Amino acid sequence: MTAQLLFFYFGGMTVAGAIVAVASPNLVYSALALLLTFIHIAGIYVLLNAEFIAAVQIIVYAGAILVLYLFVLMLFNPEKEKLYLHRQYPVGIFLGVVVLCLMLFAAFKTEILGQEGSFTVEAVRSMGHTDAIGRVLYTDYIFPFEIASLILLVAMFGSILLAGRGRHLRKRGEAFDLSGGGTPPEGKPKRSDEVMVGR
Amino acid sequence: MDLAIRIGIVLAEIAAVLGVVLTHVAYLTYMERKILSDMQDRLGPMEVGPHGLLQPLADGLKLFFKEDIIPTGANKIIFSAAPILVLIPALIGFAVVPFGRDSLVIGEFEITPYITDINVGILYILAFSSLGAYGVLLGGWASNSKYSLLGGLRSAAQVISYELPLGLSLVGPILLSGSLSMVTMTEAQGGGFWHWYVITQPIAFVIYMICAIAETNRLPFDLPEAESELVAGFFTEYSGMRFSFFFLAEYANMILVSCIAVVAFLGGWQAPFSFMEFVPPIVWFLAKVYFLLFFYIWLRATVPRLRFDQLMAFGWKVMLPLSLVNVLLTSIVKYFLNQM
Repeated sequence: MTAQLLFFYFGGMTVAGAIVAVASPNLVYSALALLLTFIHIAGIYVLLNAEFIAAVQIIVYAGAILVLYLFVLMLFNPEKEKLYLHRQYPVGIFLGVVVLCLMLFAAFKTEILGQEGSFTVEAVRSMGHTDAIGRVLYTDYIFPFEIASLILLVAMFGSILLAGRGRHLRKRGEAFDLSGGGTPPEGKPKRSDEVMVGR
Repeated sequence: MDLAIRIGIVLAEIAAVLGVVLTHVAYLTYMERKILSDMQDRLGPMEVGPHGLLQPLADGLKLFFKEDIIPTGANKIIFSAAPILVLIPALIGFAVVPFGRDSLVIGEFEITPYITDINVGILYILAFSSLGAYGVLLGGWASNSKYSLLGGLRSAAQVISYELPLGLSLVGPILLSGSLSMVTMTEAQGGGFWHWYVITQPIAFVIYMICAIAETNRLPFDLPEAESELVAGFFTEYSGMRFSFFFLAEYANMILVSCIAVVAFLGGWQAPFSFMEFVPPIVWFLAKVYFLLFFYIWLRATVPRLRFDQLMAFGWKVMLPLSLVNVLLTSIVKYFLNQM
């Protein structure tokens, strides 16, 4: 009974947060509504005895990714930007319908099949969720896990390459200015973003 | 009825822990001022009460009765919510800290020396401490002031950069104890100080201490509130109670990171030698926490502030690789020890 009430609270807040995140005209409010959604999804994970996923959900999505979003929003002053990208409406609607269909399909399919493996609720409770997820992730699912880490590594290389190339071009531009009689580059202090990116 | 009593006990425990923590926060400000003034060869607060002992009370009353100013052009809702968003994550982490060993048994009810022992204790604290950045970032943005905004942005960049090595440095003790629970972690370090993880994980301990200072925005990493460049950083526009919330959160965070360091590296409430176990465990816990707090204050009196690019370069180029190497070495050694 309590679990059901809590589920309706967490589920309702998740949906409400998601709606506000999409509909709010103020982008900072949208980001905060998304924060609400993330925290309540973590609550649903806790109800499912998945404490580890819940903690990681908050650390990764709420603690790191959304902070970066806010960071960017505050830097480029969203009030002046166009909020609804009208040209992308058809694409948005198409993708939305596809995702909705997928979700409905998945929801009804699992209800029918609802298969039970060796990790029942009792088994997970007795051995601890963190223990269970660690065992499965590093034995049965090691291949998908390694592929996921490889994809992240590629993304990391990509971002370093993009930032590094920008710096390279900037430096060349400065050298070009120098030949026209600019200030010598030796006395220039290092910019913080250059130090962050590394050599 | 039974359930009602249980809920009552939990609420009473929460109230007790909050009360104790907030009292310690108040007297931590006094301790900081006294130690700093002693190191700088002056007296510090002396007027209110004997040796200025009632100074925190006087400061609290003053802040409570001050006028609450919201600057024009500020976003009122977010401006009011930001101090609460900073304070709640700072206080909520104390729910999983084990302060002592023995439970108090009254009839059939057991009062534990911690509010709850969830099996992802350390991750829980990390999760909520990462939410603390929101309050600072939003407070800086909602103030509609360039100093506040710069302070908020600096804080977000700093907290994200130092959260990674902080979390990775805690992986060492987690690997050695085989548990994420704070209670199990403390129990795994029993039987003399040579079992404490500060002995087996010295690099992780140093990384943790440095990152903890950066996470709590203390000197020498207090760039978000660098007074010589940004007036007061993200809380420039705050006054009265809202200002004091930021203040309380900073000191509560200091105590919280010290508590985690004590549990993860210094054996929690364990005594250093078995013949010293006649001293109550809570005394050992408090002594270790206050030693670390003294260390923070000592550092503030000694070390000058870093430049922002130095701070970022240090975080990404020194702390992160070091903590990754430490995780790798620890897991390899642990693996071979398990094989033997």
